[in-house]
Amino acid sequence: MMTLQQMILLIPGIPLFAFLMLGLFSKKIPGNYAATAGTILMGVTTVLSCFVAFGYFTAFGKIDGIYQPMIPFLYHWLPLTDLLEINMGILLDPISALMLFVVSFISLMVHIYSMAYMKDESRIAVYYAFLSLFTFAMLGLVMASNIFQLYIFWELVGLSSFLLIGFYYQKPAAVRAAKKAFIVTRFADLGMLIGILIISYEGKSLDFISLIDHFTNSPQQISGTFLGIASLQWALALIFIGGAGKSALFPLHIWLPDAMEGPTPVSALIHAATMVVAGVFLIARLFPVYAIAAPVLLEGIGYVGALTALFAAIIACTQTDIKRILAYSTMSQIGYMILALGVAGYGAESGLGFTASLFHLFTHALFKALLFLCAGAIIHYVHSNEMRDMGGLKKLMPITHLCFLIGCLAIAGIPPFAGFFSKEEMLFAAYQHNRIIYFVSLFTAGLTAFYMFRLYFSIFWNKPFQQHHSHHGEGGPAMMLPLIVLGIGSVSAGFIPFGKWVSSDGRPLISHFHLSFSILPVLLSLAGIAIAAFYFFKKKETVETTVNAMGGLFRVAKGKFYIDEIYQFVTKKIIFNFIAKPAAWIDKNLIDGLVNAMGNSTVSLSNHIKGIQSGKIQMYAGIFLIGVIGLAILAIYYWN
Amino acid sequence: MSLEYLILLKAELQICLLIFFLLLLKITRTIPNEKLLPLIQLLLLANFVGGFFYNQSGDLFDGMFVSNTLIHLQKHILNLAVYFISLLFSGWFRRCLHLTEFFVLMLSALLGMYFLLSSGNLLIFYLSLELATIPIAAMANFELTRKRSAEAAMKLISSAAFSSGILLFGISLIYGTTGSIRFPEIPLLLDGSALQVMAFVFLVTAFAFKLSIVPFHLWTADVYEGSPAAVTAFLSVVSKGVIAFAFLTILYKVFQPFNGIWYPILLLLSILTIVAGNLFALRQQNMKRFLAFSSIAQVGFILVAMMGKSPESITAITYFVLIYVFSNLAAFGVMEIVAQHTGNENRNALKGLYKTNPLLSWVLALAMFSLAGIPPTAGFFGKLFLITAGASTASYGFIIFVALNLVVSLYYYLLVVKNIFMDDAIEPLEKIPIFGSAKLGLVLCAAGILLVGIFSWIYDYIAAQV
Repeated sequence: MMTLQQMILLIPGIPLFAFLMLGLFSKKIPGNYAATAGTILMGVTTVLSCFVAFGYFTAFGKIDGIYQPMIPFLYHWLPLTDLLEINMGILLDPISALMLFVVSFISLMVHIYSMAYMKDESRIAVYYAFLSLFTFAMLGLVMASNIFQLYIFWELVGLSSFLLIGFYYQKPAAVRAAKKAFIVTRFADLGMLIGILIISYEGKSLDFISLIDHFTNSPQQISGTFLGIASLQWALALIFIGGAGKSALFPLHIWLPDAMEGPTPVSALIHAATMVVAGVFLIARLFPVYAIAAPVLLEGIGYVGALTALFAAIIACTQTDIKRILAYSTMSQIGYMILALGVAGYGAESGLGFTASLFHLFTHALFKALLFLCAGAIIHYVHSNEMRDMGGLKKLMPITHLCFLIGCLAIAGIPPFAGFFSKEEMLFAAYQHNRIIYFVSLFTAGLTAFYMFRLYFSIFWNKPFQQHHSHHGEGGPAMMLPLIVLGIGSVSAGFIPFGKWVSSDGRPLISHFHLSFSILPVLLSLAGIAIAAFYFFKKKETVETTVNAMGGLFRVAKGKFYIDEIYQFVTKKIIFNFIAKPAAWIDKNLIDGLVNAMGNSTVSLSNHIKGIQSGKIQMYAGIFLIGVIGLAILAIYYWN
Repeated sequence: MSLEYLILLKAELQICLLIFFLLLLKITRTIPNEKLLPLIQLLLLANFVGGFFYNQSGDLFDGMFVSNTLIHLQKHILNLAVYFISLLFSGWFRRCLHLTEFFVLMLSALLGMYFLLSSGNLLIFYLSLELATIPIAAMANFELTRKRSAEAAMKLISSAAFSSGILLFGISLIYGTTGSIRFPEIPLLLDGSALQVMAFVFLVTAFAFKLSIVPFHLWTADVYEGSPAAVTAFLSVVSKGVIAFAFLTILYKVFQPFNGIWYPILLLLSILTIVAGNLFALRQQNMKRFLAFSSIAQVGFILVAMMGKSPESITAITYFVLIYVFSNLAAFGVMEIVAQHTGNENRNALKGLYKTNPLLSWVLALAMFSLAGIPPTAGFFGKLFLITAGASTASYGFIIFVALNLVVSLYYYLLVVKNIFMDDAIEPLEKIPIFGSAKLGLVLCAAGILLVGIFSWIYDYIAAQV
């Protein structure tokens, strides 16, 4: 029997091993062996993760009925000073146990699905190596015991996301998207790094447990201020910016829709279920600090979440690319999670938003991975991402149809599907704490139902599908199995007593079901579905005609509020002209000039020395003597 | 009593036994190189492993010979380096005409270096320094048919003689003014008279010569280029490491009262050395000359740490030398394999290497990253601790200057990496055959480069020995 420590080290260890093996021997292993090996190793990881997570929740996690953070493994890595040391450790608490399950489970589903979806790809071993690298990095991220370790894995996650978005590196759009994702998130990570440096300076530690201890017990001991705001607030805001970059929150969201250029299973894993919720995870990890030491900032974060949720939902209503619609809906749902954190407080009943946020993270991972994998199956069948190329697939793809419908019902928040329960909890938390956020999220819930069902109807209903690609069916069992498993999850996950396991202070939180409260959001969602059905069946309108009818506002939304153009303007016109060009001039004329001058003088110097180097040893001795005399003069100068 | 002698002198006795064994082997029978080389490698490995046992601290011969845990550790690092050299240059050794003599010379030099590390008085110090130098000059001449090799040996021996003369002058001035040659007594007797300051300057220049510190470095490039690569590697890694350790002992123990003087001297020398090493390395085409100048710049960084005057400086320098053994030997090893095959010692021989020789390419790239100090290779941690140790006393302006020079050095190290991975070969390289033992050496070096920095207990262990 393995000890807990061995098991928990194997969880990130196995994907790392898989990455090294598949990466090093990618050219030597046949593709299908690589896929099978990667999937089996991932299966072992998933079993271990489930074992550890459920063991934590049911057996060894609790002391006196309260979940305790525990560190089953710690390696003292770089002791910089007595107080500050960078360690490598594993922190196990309700959040990381939850994430451990989510990451490894979704990753396993994607591994299985990819065996069929990617089987014709020549670089399949490389693909599986990258998937394993991502899984390793993400597992390392969620189990990090200190914030610097988290940052290391955070960057590794960004790197593997870059590699996977750009997997089809022959496609210029994929390369552009990979670059964009990397640059935008790196830009945000710069903020995060500064934040980490400040918080470790103020907190005298990098360790999560001692940081949280330090700031929650003595929040008044903050020494520095900058622009009239305490340095701790700056640190937390900067760390949030890092999280916002990864989680594609407004206005750092621009990379996520483009990231859909990657293989669809990758979108399901990274850009729907795991990496993009890293920002939520980060805030949740430091939640006591945010809630106790910076409540105003936390409220602001809630507003950012609400804005993102609404903004992305509006754009999603106008898009026609199936993966982009799902990408915007992901943004919108992450906005929900963030707003739920924003309306939460620390401890007991006020921590409802915290529980709800992570609950939604959990259910969203299931149904959004399901939707993406369905979308992959559809794209596989139709060979197009565009909604207008689809239609009438209900009969042709019955399993996919059913699973997609389940996913849509879940995201729309229709009972008894998983999304209903988590969304209801979030809305209730918002209702109790902040009415503005509540109404924004209520309206967004209606919009969500509308755009998801617009997508659903136009894919599966109406006109018979014209281009019959009857050369293959719906997809083999490897593609259908994950859909069915995730479909079952999306139906049943809502009944998990989530509050008993994950709460802001480790004490079980019994959440009550508010029947009268939940009528309004459900009705709104049903109305959204009805409007979508009305548009689709009665008026037979396509998106283009709707856009023309609705006029300017719709065009602005379809143009994604021109955020990309604003960035283009700022970078190309302002930064390029006023910063980059002068910098280039300085670089070319001053710095290069200086270096060239140095180089030239070196050349002429060495030309002089050449005569000596050619073998006149008496010259060496002469220079040696001059050196001795020089040093003697220096020594005498400093003598006494 | 006699057993204590044996144990304290264990490292030296091991080397002596090896030398006698090889000499006996030489005069009794002729063994072809293919069989002799594995035997020697095995013996050197045994010598390295033997260093793990029965290490005791103490003095011998009225304090002439000192041994402590730090000195054991330093000798241990040298044993490892010599073992690596025997592995990495297998190709050259196999064709070497007088293999036994070569190793006898190398081990004699190593013996001298051990006594140098353990020396407790100026006489032993001087004698062992000579023993550590003269065999190297003979080794430099080992490519008997090449004129450059003979020239290298001549230059090394005559400039070494010059610096020895100055060193001896310095030693006699010390003895003349203090009446003692024993290390523990000298600091108490130093009174800061002008003669003693001059003696100190002479001693420093002797070290500066051996360490190739600018402006006493002129011999370096010629000797490095002319000597066989194995000798160059020995000179640039083992010899440099030993002299750096010995310089630390002399500065910190014997001339501690003069630290007001040696601080500005070291500052000036390190600036000159780093700048000149960098600027010359920038334009070298010949890989041996390139490594010669880059190793001059590396010594400049060691000087930065020496200015720290603290136990951390000793730890940082020992740690750095350990990492330097892995990185620089890997670089020399790959370069030698390529040069032997192509007959071209220039950097452009490496163009397009990756296409046909991935192992060589990765090891050389790792070595370059490590020498340049890029994380997560060990070289980064080595440089980090060197500069941290120096920063405890030096001004921030100086530390920034040093860091900027690290950036300059990036350029020429990465140029090599660019040649390997990005450029196309002028004429396509075929796959270069590598001897099994050389391959083992390359893999060990690469593993060292990757792991020494990550395993932080290595640094902690060294710190505990200081």
